[in-house]
Amino acid sequence: MIRRIFPHPYLSALLVLIWMLLVNRFAWGSLVFAIILSIAIPALTEPYWPDRARLRNPGRILSYIGLVIWDIIMANIQVAMIVLFKPNRKLQPAWITIPLDLRSPEAITVLASTITLTPGTVSADLSQDGHALLVHCLHAPDPESVIEEIKSRYEARLTEIFE
Amino acid sequence: MSIFAEILVSALLVIGGIFGLVGSYGLVKLPDQMTRLHAPTKAATLGVGGILLASVAWFGFFGEHSSWHELLIALFLFMTAPITGLMIAKAHMHLSWRAEELPDSGEDRNWATYGDSAERSLLDKGTDDEGTERDLRE
Repeated sequence: MIRRIFPHPYLSALLVLIWMLLVNRFAWGSLVFAIILSIAIPALTEPYWPDRARLRNPGRILSYIGLVIWDIIMANIQVAMIVLFKPNRKLQPAWITIPLDLRSPEAITVLASTITLTPGTVSADLSQDGHALLVHCLHAPDPESVIEEIKSRYEARLTEIFE
Repeated sequence: MSIFAEILVSALLVIGGIFGLVGSYGLVKLPDQMTRLHAPTKAATLGVGGILLASVAWFGFFGEHSSWHELLIALFLFMTAPITGLMIAKAHMHLSWRAEELPDSGEDRNWATYGDSAERSLLDKGTDDEGTERDLRE
């Protein structure tokens, strides 16, 4: 019964939170409307997303977000330094392949987005059966260490959260 | 008290502005399409982030009530920036890179956008349609 009303409990919770933030001021009326939306939207979109995302360890999400925000700040400073002070001829851009241990589509999406937001890397493509990510690095004299860092810093934590 | 708040808000605005400027400069300065993609996907996030934080701080100190819309702007920005980056990267790969020039994709045969899975599924559908047509004719 609960499962039928809330096919995606995390999505419903997020919708309530986002609606309340959009309203910007607490009122019971908007909370009721937020709950109506949080039931209606997952029910309407369920045919497109039949599987429930499984989270093994939702508590770790906050610490992951904190880590990513910190890395984004550091990435910004690094990229700004490269843009301002490194001449183009000294730049060593590289394509790298990151073999994936993650299997759930949600986890791979989060990993790909994280890679795009953090130090000098943009994720460009996924391999045909989802076993590897194609990543472009702005400046990578040592591609192996980039792969190692992404795997240990982000993928290991995502594995703890999702699988 | 209010002088510190003013300093905080202005510092955040200046930091945000600097990163936005550096991101735009990177767009002009970097040598090719793929490296140019790095400047706006990152420098711009902190540029906009700094200005949003300044807005939160201003409403917190001087506004009539605190404002939370900035959190949502940041959330949507962080969700959509990687997707824009991915789309630009893929479009560029198809315009100027052949599949052989890209690194090996490991155990799978191909990268998804170069692979035959998209064509295969279209072909499957095509044969199915023909099949049903033939069935109808018979």
